[in-house]
Amino acid sequence: MSHIVVEGLSVRYNGQPALDNVSLEIPDRQITAVIGPSGCGKTTFLRCLNRLIDTMDQVRVSGRVLIDGADIFAPRANVISLRRKMGLLSQKPQVLPMSIYDNVAYGPRLHGVRRRRDLDGIVQRCLKMSSLWEEVHHRLRAPATGLSVGQQQRLCLARGLAVEPEALLCDEPTASLDPLSAQSVERLFVELKSRYTIVLVTHILRQAKRLADYVVFLYMGELVEHGPAERVFNNPRDERTRKYLEGVIS
Amino acid sequence: MGVSIRQGSRLPGVDAAPAVPPDRRRGELSPQAVGSGRLLRERFSAALITLVSALVGLLTLVVIAALFLRSLPILRQHPLPELVTGTVWKPLAGQFGFWPFILGTLWVTVLAMVIATPVCLLTAVYLAEYARPSTRALVRPLVDVLAGIPSVVYGLFGVLLIVPFLGDDLAPFAQRHWGFLPWLSPGEVSTGYCVLAGGIVLALMVAPVIIAVAEEVLESVPAGAREASLSLGATKWETVKHVSLRLALPGLVASVVLGFARAFGETMAVLMVVGNVAQSPRSLFDPAYPLPALIANNYGEMMSIPLYDSALLLAALMLLTVVLVFNLLAEAVVWARKRAGQ
Repeated sequence: MSHIVVEGLSVRYNGQPALDNVSLEIPDRQITAVIGPSGCGKTTFLRCLNRLIDTMDQVRVSGRVLIDGADIFAPRANVISLRRKMGLLSQKPQVLPMSIYDNVAYGPRLHGVRRRRDLDGIVQRCLKMSSLWEEVHHRLRAPATGLSVGQQQRLCLARGLAVEPEALLCDEPTASLDPLSAQSVERLFVELKSRYTIVLVTHILRQAKRLADYVVFLYMGELVEHGPAERVFNNPRDERTRKYLEGVIS
Repeated sequence: MGVSIRQGSRLPGVDAAPAVPPDRRRGELSPQAVGSGRLLRERFSAALITLVSALVGLLTLVVIAALFLRSLPILRQHPLPELVTGTVWKPLAGQFGFWPFILGTLWVTVLAMVIATPVCLLTAVYLAEYARPSTRALVRPLVDVLAGIPSVVYGLFGVLLIVPFLGDDLAPFAQRHWGFLPWLSPGEVSTGYCVLAGGIVLALMVAPVIIAVAEEVLESVPAGAREASLSLGATKWETVKHVSLRLALPGLVASVVLGFARAFGETMAVLMVVGNVAQSPRSLFDPAYPLPALIANNYGEMMSIPLYDSALLLAALMLLTVVLVFNLLAEAVVWARKRAGQ
């Protein structure tokens, strides 16, 4: 059974439907690209997977999202451990108002890692995994806001990896990056997918084609089609998917 | 032919515009091309806005200068350190010791800030981070109403409720149980008109200012920063503590300084509850005589006493200077933190 299973997920903002009865399984340790035109519910879908949707006002969620077999929307579900499992990389890099080192150590510290040597090890390992170590190891105590946007995004990735998540939820993670930084982030995803389930929301079709193993196409809150990337891109079953891929609808 | 914008470039489609002499072509669009009326209006409004802003800035300087000039007579006869540290206030005998008034102002203001700051900041955190939109919509107007209540009403509230409570209940209690603590034991029988009453009334008055500004500052913290913290498994409180409060700190400092500035100069309500006895308070239950109350109670009376008028204006100058210094300090804090990239 897949690690993340979505069953009949519907979301309404202020009574307006944003997602309508979405059911699918997200394959483990692959990159799943969620594609679709603006406002189709991609980000809403992603925010359901770590329950960040809870932070919004006037939202109603129904249906189930099973992670490791447990419904994350169940009344007694532990949101904290859920969010720890589901790392988030947002569109705009959001570094915390602290040093580079403290950004990466933030999560582990919250979860009880206190010993300096352990924290040093985690910081170094995660910065290496996100290909940032070489660039910042001599200035770990500098404020993270001093990094370039591309470096900040990789720092956010390192920060997310530091709490040892099982999946990475990425919301248009290269949207605010220059092409070179975007390329290096994409390369990281390919390297990381052997260890993490990656859900990538993107509006860049070419990016989805380059990276995705599995594709989910949403249109106006409805799950239109999902399947292995090669099949969806080369042989879409639904007319709307075909039109979207051809650029007729966007 | 086209009208030149910069030398060498041409704007098509405005052929009808008259030719401009070559010496006016350099730089920007010629007034004729833009429409001279629009350009005039633009210059006029820019000049007007600059002038009005300059006038507002100038007003501060004029007030400082006026107070300084009127304070000069007393400063010529008594050195400033002597005036500031002098403890005897006998204008008829030519003794102008400001120390009891300065101390009274400090006691009341510091007390008010000690009481108000934590309560207000926590309220602002609650409103910005925890409260539901419906709760917020209910509480916010109430806080705004608090800000609009006239000072004299707070004073009456103090006289009717706080002063009797302090005089009849808390002071005797403090005498019995905290007698060994120097700042908490009433030296003699307290009437309730004391620095603590002033501090509480003042705290109530500055609260809406601090809450409103602090809440706005906290709400301006980007949602993404909060979400970054939450998505790592932080609890709401951890996120508030490590992210929201940190990002909002310069603004929160500014909100407290704003409250402080208001508290420092607040006159009416404090005057009504603080006792107005020109002595240096030694405990929370002693009466005091803050500088604004001194000015308000005495200006316009006994003005025939030599230097009396000048002494009161010096008191006003002291108040203004302290508020200015605090504002500048707050600016410095904000600037330093911005520079540190936090």
